[in-house]
Amino acid sequence: MSDVKLIYERSVPGRTSNHITLKVDVPLTEVKQAIPAKYLRKELGLPEVNEVDVIRHYIGLSKLNYGVDNGFYPLGSCTMKYNPKVNDAMAALPGHGLIHPMQPVEMSQGALQLMYELEKDLAEITGMARLTLQPAAGAHGELTGIMTAKKYFEHKGEGVQRNTVLEPDSSHGTNPASANMCGFKVVEVKSNKNGSVDLDDLRAKMSENVAVFMLTNPNTLGLFDPTIEEIAKIVHAKGGLMYCDGANLNANVGIVRPGDLGFDIIQLNLHKTFSTPHGGGGPGSGPVGVKSHLVPFLPKPSVEKVGEKYTLDYNKPHSIGRVKAFQGNYGILSRAYTYIKSLGREGLRKVGENAVLNANYMMARLRKHYHLAYDRVCQHEFVLSDEGMPNGVTTMDIAKRLLDYGFHSPTIYFPLIVHGAIMIEPTETESKQTLDAFIETMVRIHGEAQSNPGLVKGAPHTTFVKRLDAVKAAREPVLRWQPPGK
Amino acid sequence: MDYVPNTEKESREMLQAIGVKSVDELFQDIPAAKKVKGLLNVSTEMSEVEVTQLLTDLGAKNANAATHAIFLGAGAYNHFTPSAVPYLAFRGEFYTAYTPYQAEVSQGTLRAIFEFQTHITELTGLEVSNASVYDGSTALGETIAGAWQVNQRKQLVISKTVHPHYREVIRTYCWSKGVEVVEVGYKDGKTDWDSLKAVVSDKTSAVMVQSPNFFGCIEEVDQAAEIAHAKGAVLVTTVTEGSSLGLLEAPGKLGADFVVGEGQGFGIPMMYGGPYLGFMATKKEYVRTLPGRLVGKTVDSEGKEGYVMTLQAREQHIRRERSVSNICTNTGLIALMATIYLSLVGRQGLQRVAQQSFQKAHYAHAQLCKIRGVQPLFNQPFYNEFALRVPDAKKASEAMMEAGIIPPLDLGAYYPELKNCLLVCCTEMNSKAQIDHLAKVLEGCR
Ligand SMILES: Cc1ncc(COP(=O)(O)O)c(C=O)c1O
Repeated sequence: MSDVKLIYERSVPGRTSNHITLKVDVPLTEVKQAIPAKYLRKELGLPEVNEVDVIRHYIGLSKLNYGVDNGFYPLGSCTMKYNPKVNDAMAALPGHGLIHPMQPVEMSQGALQLMYELEKDLAEITGMARLTLQPAAGAHGELTGIMTAKKYFEHKGEGVQRNTVLEPDSSHGTNPASANMCGFKVVEVKSNKNGSVDLDDLRAKMSENVAVFMLTNPNTLGLFDPTIEEIAKIVHAKGGLMYCDGANLNANVGIVRPGDLGFDIIQLNLHKTFSTPHGGGGPGSGPVGVKSHLVPFLPKPSVEKVGEKYTLDYNKPHSIGRVKAFQGNYGILSRAYTYIKSLGREGLRKVGENAVLNANYMMARLRKHYHLAYDRVCQHEFVLSDEGMPNGVTTMDIAKRLLDYGFHSPTIYFPLIVHGAIMIEPTETESKQTLDAFIETMVRIHGEAQSNPGLVKGAPHTTFVKRLDAVKAAREPVLRWQPPGK
Repeated sequence: MDYVPNTEKESREMLQAIGVKSVDELFQDIPAAKKVKGLLNVSTEMSEVEVTQLLTDLGAKNANAATHAIFLGAGAYNHFTPSAVPYLAFRGEFYTAYTPYQAEVSQGTLRAIFEFQTHITELTGLEVSNASVYDGSTALGETIAGAWQVNQRKQLVISKTVHPHYREVIRTYCWSKGVEVVEVGYKDGKTDWDSLKAVVSDKTSAVMVQSPNFFGCIEEVDQAAEIAHAKGAVLVTTVTEGSSLGLLEAPGKLGADFVVGEGQGFGIPMMYGGPYLGFMATKKEYVRTLPGRLVGKTVDSEGKEGYVMTLQAREQHIRRERSVSNICTNTGLIALMATIYLSLVGRQGLQRVAQQSFQKAHYAHAQLCKIRGVQPLFNQPFYNEFALRVPDAKKASEAMMEAGIIPPLDLGAYYPELKNCLLVCCTEMNSKAQIDHLAKVLEGCR
């Protein structure tokens, strides 16, 4: 396997795969007559290969990869649960996969009905009045949610005054980045020794200049903030809005609704909580839900039901406008819809319960061997650290050694407030046997750190490549293939 | 139906190991009064048989490419997807992985992205490409910040021939950032260069044009580049129909500084609007303005070639509020599908797709313009879309729907001055028989 090539290195001049014929069934127009030569392409450097070359090439590449279908993937904050295959099959049906986003609404009644019903279900799950399904991922939803808040304050005549977004120091990087993209100043609120929001610091920083407090709950430490009602009171008292980064909704599903906790806005990550495949980095979908006072400001169009017909409503004068070309990532929405319909209200509750049960079980057993950053009941995930590891073995070493044992590593070095964080999220779709196997491996690695630290520090040993030189990659960037000699 | 493997016995064992009596105790931090009482008001669970029936029934209410002839483009295109593309992309190793944080077990994804970056730079005629963003419209949106990094100016000039939805997204993004947007009109279906020249100034950060533009006309990107560069603005060219790049000159070769757009045309199913593929390419000197993931080549500790995510100091997980963008999850799977598609059809295949689309559209143009009362709206070179003036657009669309056709776009909905005008699109999927049928239906509803 050491001669894994790039597809360009398999290219042979003149080789084709004939998926599209040259033969055209209409009378020909001379291209050169129709388009000035200056605007016609002179060269096209794509590979020249045959179908069998392509199949073997990408099957080869797939073998260098690791997905949930291969094994346990406890990547904290990413909710790498099993992705049911029926969801993909439904999304690919011609009636869902081969429909044009601009086709008349009369020809899209099924799609609009699906979106309408999905919005209703998500509103029920989150405790919000309405949602937009347009945003394409979590971060895009954050941006949309923050824009919605900005528009709301502009409408109230407080647009200039409310120039700040507050967020805890444990927040995900997309939160401050989204607020900044939307023109807000970002101010951090400290976490207290329990990993929750420091209420005194929040009180000190909350003012009438603050538009939004962005909070993930459970937060990125996997901890549910027990003072959530007090937090909402502090923020609302100064006229601010409570924003929930719903990336961690998996812990809440069927248990508690963010809308009932005082949040005004939430973005969901359908690719996490509602089990759509992560695809090597996406696609996702990031619907945004709001309370009724914010509904007029959501993106347009919205999906409405008028009598027995479904329509797209563009008549929303206070809307922030569009955040994406079409109606949203329908192929993700149809998967999430299938998932929710399959689970139903009974299955949804089991999601929250078992995600939290699995995480607490792992935490209870692993804390005997690893430093636990915050000693509290956790929700869907928990954070260990490399504090006190023998012989200077680090979080990075542990993560790499896990690869040798056939597991994907947890999220590491995030959240930033835990030095050497190891963030473990098992999800509800893993069995006790899998959890036990992982726990035993972690215990074994701890033993290796004691008895044979070199083994851990030199890991991984069994993967296709060993630890890669990231410094070289950044210092001398090579970002595309070059033909030999170029 | 659920996907929870824990048995009751195992759950009890786990609770015991934790040292609690019930799962409820694990939710002790949640205010009791706020917890959901009983079950949510969502329908009851369904078996796979039932849910399959439900989704099949819903799908049957949608006209689609399998049941209808499609003459609608406008930013989403009905191209052919070779069977090998889903076959490969749906391999669980690719499909159920996430962002390649652990490079040692993600060389498949990383290499595929490296190939994607190479494909995109070849197609756009620029030096560097990122690993994808959400779609064409948000790719264009991301260049607002990119251009700002180049020249620190806060005014954007955009042609009215850019897709109306893309312009709406630009307006939303610019409003939220406090960037001014100036729209420039069109003349005979193309950007009005005199007007553009008149508004571009040393305050302009970026000029944005689309080619082929929303009307299908091929824009003189080199003209736009000259006007933008004369005032120190960057030229952003967007492409909404990826397959056009098989026939038309790479915008980067015509002077564009950023070439961004929609990669759905590379064999990606239409899916009612997404997930699609935003691609972004630029010059080497601007590489640090690119949002999102970038994959670079390096070596491992034993000197063996390998690939990693690189130049991450641009990104939100490192720079937080000072990052160039907030993007995290992108559209990796769609980028993989496009990578496989472009590798599979290859150099000749993409040229053929473009040839076919061009030929069908030109035949359709000729046939439809023969109909009495139907006229070409513009007299410009085009690729696979063109605008027509018809006697009654509404009546024509209704007749076409009646005849099993997903009709061309009614331009009047987007350009009030273009009442009774249709935007017709063809791809390799439109047979001569379909085109002749379309002509007959249009002729019949005079
Ligand atoms: C806590 C948290 N918030 C926000 C996000 C951003 O979501 P996305 O990657 O879908 O943009 C993530 C995902 O990585 C996350 O873990």
